[in-house]
Amino acid sequence: MKRLFFFVPALLFVVLSCFLYFGLGNDPTVLPSVTVGKPVPAFQLPVLGAEEGTELSQEELAGEPYLLNVWATWCAACLVEHPYLYELSQRGVKIVGINYKDDPAAAVKWLEKYKDPYAVSVVDARGRLGFDLGVTGAPETFLVDAEGQILYRHLGVVDENVWESHFASTFSQSSQELAEE
Amino acid sequence: MIPEYGQLALNFAMLLALGLAVLPLAGTLYGRVVWMATGRSLATGLFVFVAVAYACLTWAFYQDDFSVKYVANHSNSMLPMIYKLCAVWGGHEGSLLLWMLILAGWTFLVALFSREMPLDLVARVLSVMGMVAVGFLGFMLITSNPFERILPEAPMDGGDLNPLLQDPGFVIHPPMLYMGYVGFSVVFAFAIAALISGRIDSAWARWARPWTNAAWAFLTIGIALGSWWAYYELGWGGWWFWDPVENASFMPWLAGTALIHSLAMSEKRGVFNSWTLLLSISAFSLSLLGTFLVRSGVLTSVHAFASDPSRGLFILCFLAVVVGGSLTLYAFRAPVLKSQTGFSWLSRETFLLANSVIFILSCALVLLGTLFPLIADAFNLGKFSVGEPWFNAFFPPLMALVGLLMGTGVMLNWKKTRFAKIQRWQGIAFLFSLWLASFIPGIVPGDFSIGAAFAIFVGSWVISSTLLDFFRRMQNAQNAGARMRSFGLSYYGMMMAHAGFGVCLLGAAIDSIYAEQRDLRVTTGSHVEVSGYQFELVEVSRFRGANFWADRGEVVVRKDGRVVASLQPEKRRYFSGGNIMTEAAIDAGLFRDLYVSLGDKINNTDWAMRVYFKPLVRWIWLGAIMMAFGGFLAIMDKRYRRVRAAADTPVETGPPVEETTQFEPLPAEEAKPGGAL
Repeated sequence: MKRLFFFVPALLFVVLSCFLYFGLGNDPTVLPSVTVGKPVPAFQLPVLGAEEGTELSQEELAGEPYLLNVWATWCAACLVEHPYLYELSQRGVKIVGINYKDDPAAAVKWLEKYKDPYAVSVVDARGRLGFDLGVTGAPETFLVDAEGQILYRHLGVVDENVWESHFASTFSQSSQELAEE
Repeated sequence: MIPEYGQLALNFAMLLALGLAVLPLAGTLYGRVVWMATGRSLATGLFVFVAVAYACLTWAFYQDDFSVKYVANHSNSMLPMIYKLCAVWGGHEGSLLLWMLILAGWTFLVALFSREMPLDLVARVLSVMGMVAVGFLGFMLITSNPFERILPEAPMDGGDLNPLLQDPGFVIHPPMLYMGYVGFSVVFAFAIAALISGRIDSAWARWARPWTNAAWAFLTIGIALGSWWAYYELGWGGWWFWDPVENASFMPWLAGTALIHSLAMSEKRGVFNSWTLLLSISAFSLSLLGTFLVRSGVLTSVHAFASDPSRGLFILCFLAVVVGGSLTLYAFRAPVLKSQTGFSWLSRETFLLANSVIFILSCALVLLGTLFPLIADAFNLGKFSVGEPWFNAFFPPLMALVGLLMGTGVMLNWKKTRFAKIQRWQGIAFLFSLWLASFIPGIVPGDFSIGAAFAIFVGSWVISSTLLDFFRRMQNAQNAGARMRSFGLSYYGMMMAHAGFGVCLLGAAIDSIYAEQRDLRVTTGSHVEVSGYQFELVEVSRFRGANFWADRGEVVVRKDGRVVASLQPEKRRYFSGGNIMTEAAIDAGLFRDLYVSLGDKINNTDWAMRVYFKPLVRWIWLGAIMMAFGGFLAIMDKRYRRVRAAADTPVETGPPVEETTQFEPLPAEEAKPGGAL
């Protein structure tokens, strides 16, 4: 019986090799967004710059398509896409900000300084929502439809090209649909 | 023609490795002394031919021979010469060749410094190393030939070396790391030889120890260099990211640390022999696993090589043969091996065993965290990794526990210790550490940090107990000089390494707790304040380097109106490939680093700038250097050389009787306080 104990390392190795073999078939560079095609994860987070206790949940956002944009003051690239986001907001696109792992006070100042494209921003100070969304860094932008389903996820800066190729159609469609109704 | 010669040399090396893997081992089975004796010459031949192949590839880089695919992908005619020569190991194929060169080098060294060992042991050890060499040469020749040509249309210029790697840190980091990784193949071969022969004794452990120490010390330096390089080159101010590739190098280190302590027990007391063998196999297996993780593309990482499933499959098969084979051998043979037993709980054995267990536990948890993405994938849990929170949750507490045990462990004797004998010294160390821990966090601006107090306590407990142990052993010495010499270099090595551990722990903890980081928008000519220092961005100018353009900021740092440092962070854009790199500027100091990296240009006058204040961060690498130095010091201990001298000229070292008492698992050790590891 005691001799069997010595087989434990070999057995552990067999288990390990199975995982490694399994891993070989994968391409780790593809990040299949677990969130695309699924509803926005449930959250209940404080609203940036609002009074203490004001909170927002994903349910209150449903009803029209919107962009969910992950941003932070520490993120240099966020500043790059910022003017374009502002332009989009002026065109009537609803953008919801997730202020990701940031200092809320600094974030409020940042928005004052660079203008605020967000219909509303929620404070995700500990990155809880970001984790549920599978966020790997900022900026990231999710396209959410009127039913609250995530249609598309974009990593990095959103610009005219990105907008035209991935986002614009949803918004024109839905405004058409609205018009038809 | 030169690359073809290189290719030919590799093929010859393969033949010699095959011979080395089979012939000496067959000699031990059939009792043919001549076959066994071929081991040394075959090992030498293997080394020579691999070295020739390596020289050929280096020559191709030197000559800018872009018809060689590997050179075309990893060099560029504008690359400075030193980086051309180092670019040999800048990619998958070449780094594998470096790995092979180092393996052949270690094999050669074993052949060279094994004259006093029994011939059958040498034959088995060399054969096992030959088998490993066959695996790696096969891997290179079948899936990753560095000498492959792009003909007839050779490119005019190369694709350039990854700019991240164009750095002095990179010049020595991989060779050091590989010295460590591959160095564990020696103790692995010793373990397999012991399992095959069914014999393990204190002489075996004494032969294995210097090799293990050397490999461990190189690995320590390699990891420290990697961490230092990440710190100043990546521009994130961090020094450890729990990245899969970092973990791949760290796991063999953890297992190796457990191993060197377990070997000490096997040598001095003949206990836990089968545990020592398991650790020997684990340390090298984890090195191989690291190779697999880095080169198969199973995991994503900042420095993973390009993924290629056929390579992955080859290494996995190789891993199955080497690790699976040796663990199966272990399962059948280890129960046969004899261990001594018998020691009380307050003894060095108990504490060393605890150390082993903690290190192996940490290693297992690191492994779990590293492979978690694979496991999650296998069970369709989705794609995610556990990240830093996982590692930070268990690793610091476990290392703190190691530190606490270490402070008592160093003062204990083998077999059994009366606590009364060390009580006073332990008390001094305890009170001193408590005193430091109670006031230092108080004088630092901000809230009193319990975490920092605890870290300071553990760090100074380790360092002060180590030093006090020296004084304890020196007390009542008639002749201080003679007593100091009697300890042997391995004792000083141990002290140095343990103190290094304490220094490293202090650096890591204090930096993690007190470091300050700010991301700021700075207008040229204005200043910002971080941790009492004023950082003024004077101007940003553009200049041209050897193979890049750069924006260079001029930052003047003042404290209380006095200029402390002038820093020049850069943002470089490399001509080939258009890669943009951040070169952070650091004002280094023993007690704090000021670290500035230049971000993006916001408008004509404003720049994003990242500023760090990092206290004690240098201690992390200082501690690592001390540990490695301790490891090397221990190798130079007389007793490893005495065996050799005894074999050559037995007369000089006195009658053989004395030799045996020297190596007996000493009961005399109890009385003699000089019993170092």
